Amino acid sequence: MNSTLTLETAGPLLPAAPRPARAESPWPRRALIAAALAFLTLFLFVPLAAVFHEALRKGYFAYLAALSDADALAAIKLSLIAAAVAVPANLVFGVAAAWAIARFEFRGKSLLITLIDLPFSVSPVIAGLIYVLLFGAQGWFGAWLAEHDIKILFALPGILLATLFVTFPFVARELIPLMQAQGGEEEQAARVLGAGGWQMFFRVTLPNIKWGLLYGVILCNARALGEFGAVSVVSGHIRGLTNTLPLHVEILYNEYNFAAAFACASLLALLALLTLALKSWVEWRASREAAVTA
Amino acid sequence: MNIQVRKLRKNFGQHKAVDDITLEFPAGELTALLGPSGCGKTTLLRIIAGLEQAEAGEVWLDGEEVSARDVRDRKVGFVFQHYALFRHMSVFENIAFGLRVKPRRERPAETAIRRKVYDLLELVQLEKFAAHLPAQLSGGQRQRVALARALAVEPKVLLLDEPFGALDAKVRKELRAWLRRLHDELHMTSLFVTHDQEEALDLADQVVLMNRGRVEQSGTPAELYAAPASPFVYSFLGSSALFEGRAGAAALEVGAHSLPLAHDLPAGTPAVACVRAHDLGLARPRERAGGLPATVRRVLNFGLVARVELDLAGSGKRVEVDLPRAECAELAPAPGETLLVEARAARAFALA
Repeated sequence: MNSTLTLETAGPLLPAAPRPARAESPWPRRALIAAALAFLTLFLFVPLAAVFHEALRKGYFAYLAALSDADALAAIKLSLIAAAVAVPANLVFGVAAAWAIARFEFRGKSLLITLIDLPFSVSPVIAGLIYVLLFGAQGWFGAWLAEHDIKILFALPGILLATLFVTFPFVARELIPLMQAQGGEEEQAARVLGAGGWQMFFRVTLPNIKWGLLYGVILCNARALGEFGAVSVVSGHIRGLTNTLPLHVEILYNEYNFAAAFACASLLALLALLTLALKSWVEWRASREAAVTA
Repeated sequence: MNIQVRKLRKNFGQHKAVDDITLEFPAGELTALLGPSGCGKTTLLRIIAGLEQAEAGEVWLDGEEVSARDVRDRKVGFVFQHYALFRHMSVFENIAFGLRVKPRRERPAETAIRRKVYDLLELVQLEKFAAHLPAQLSGGQRQRVALARALAVEPKVLLLDEPFGALDAKVRKELRAWLRRLHDELHMTSLFVTHDQEEALDLADQVVLMNRGRVEQSGTPAELYAAPASPFVYSFLGSSALFEGRAGAAALEVGAHSLPLAHDLPAGTPAVACVRAHDLGLARPRERAGGLPATVRRVLNFGLVARVELDLAGSGKRVEVDLPRAECAELAPAPGETLLVEARAARAFALA
């Protein structure tokens, strides 16, 4: 038992060691695998299949019609805009925050790390409500915003803010441990050799973190497109205007328009599958590169 | 070109890493910064390079005060302890890096860069490895790439942080000899940090021995070895025994026993006597009076000299005595036997 334990804890660091001969019967292992498979089938594969089955229940024509509906297209467009703003913003702030945390010692560093994690620990609905409290008609800045005719809630800015809030940790969280593990010596070497700040960043820092960064961006993108709770609170559900794709699915479902709801849901499911494939590819590339450069 | 530091200070919290150090490193010489870990030698090196900021004091490179100058403008070559090679770049690109990041008007043409890199690869004997990634090289090869990369920008001084620290013993010796030859060829003012006294004495023209952020003694290896300025220098350079006691008449009183030795300390002063292992002698108690009784633990009679390890009576402190092999064979010390330890040459320091 002891030898198995060491093998597992030290796992990826050690070259594959020959497994110790097992005296135990193979049945507990098989039973556990079967239980895990049954669980996955029930809670993941069946629902996923059901989404596509329901989406195509009325045939391809109805499926395509549901997706090319003007409101559906508007929802897709809005979701894409939200992601197009959230992902680059996260990229910049995530790298900046990770760099500050991994490379420098300063007062309030642990507070900054906690703040970056905040969106993970706060319910998305609460995140949305914060913006309602701030920018709503009865909120702190509500009167001032109304006076100057600036619309944040029930409009694009609110949706962008909510999306930015919930996606904030993804890139930074991915990069901090990576940059801490790599250390800053290569960057110092670049400086001594005469590189300026940006030369150092683009020639040394970025190539070293690119896979971690891409991984963070993929997860961030998936969350930006799929976010429901926070966006739901601030959107106002105005069809064709402030509905993102997940909100559109909900509306269609509440109207008993199941085929159309599942058609839109299938888009999100496809996106999830695509994200999964991309994520595996990035992990595979990163581990292959690590094997060569480590 | 020469390097000077004046009244340098640097603290890490309560710890005084560099405590009021003033030094001059002569041009064209290879100087070792030697000391135990945590003595501030690496911090001093990094301050000279500009990788750390001193809290007070000046750094002069070639007659210019450079404290306010950024690391990239100091024109120093720095070799990191763990090499810090760019892991995603080939050996060629690693060496070319310093040339490629130069401002456009100073940047050499691609053909000039190629020529320069291949010259350096030849210098460090790695022509065949231009396309390799750092991870595909051995430790000694990486070290040489790091050196070539530092030399590519034609620095005015070369700073090396524990250059052989991460290598195994055999490679370390080879690389040490090679670095000495390289230095004799290039005559660049070079500073290297080490905690290995043998490495410092073997390789350097000048040795600066540091302890707790201060300079204990500096000079040529021969000067340091011949005239250590403090018990610390004795204990750090070469193999010596230190005996604590009180100064007596031409002896050091250690407990109830006395170790005969010449000194000019007033009688009764608390003192420490430093004796090199090869200046210690052994005798049977009935043959002589004077000397410190000790129990023989181990006898290693092979190699150039025989080594006898003993535990001092009373304190139980371990003492190593180097004897000529013939003398050892004649005395024939047996483990468990009690012998007298005597000093043929010693230096006594008053204890503060």
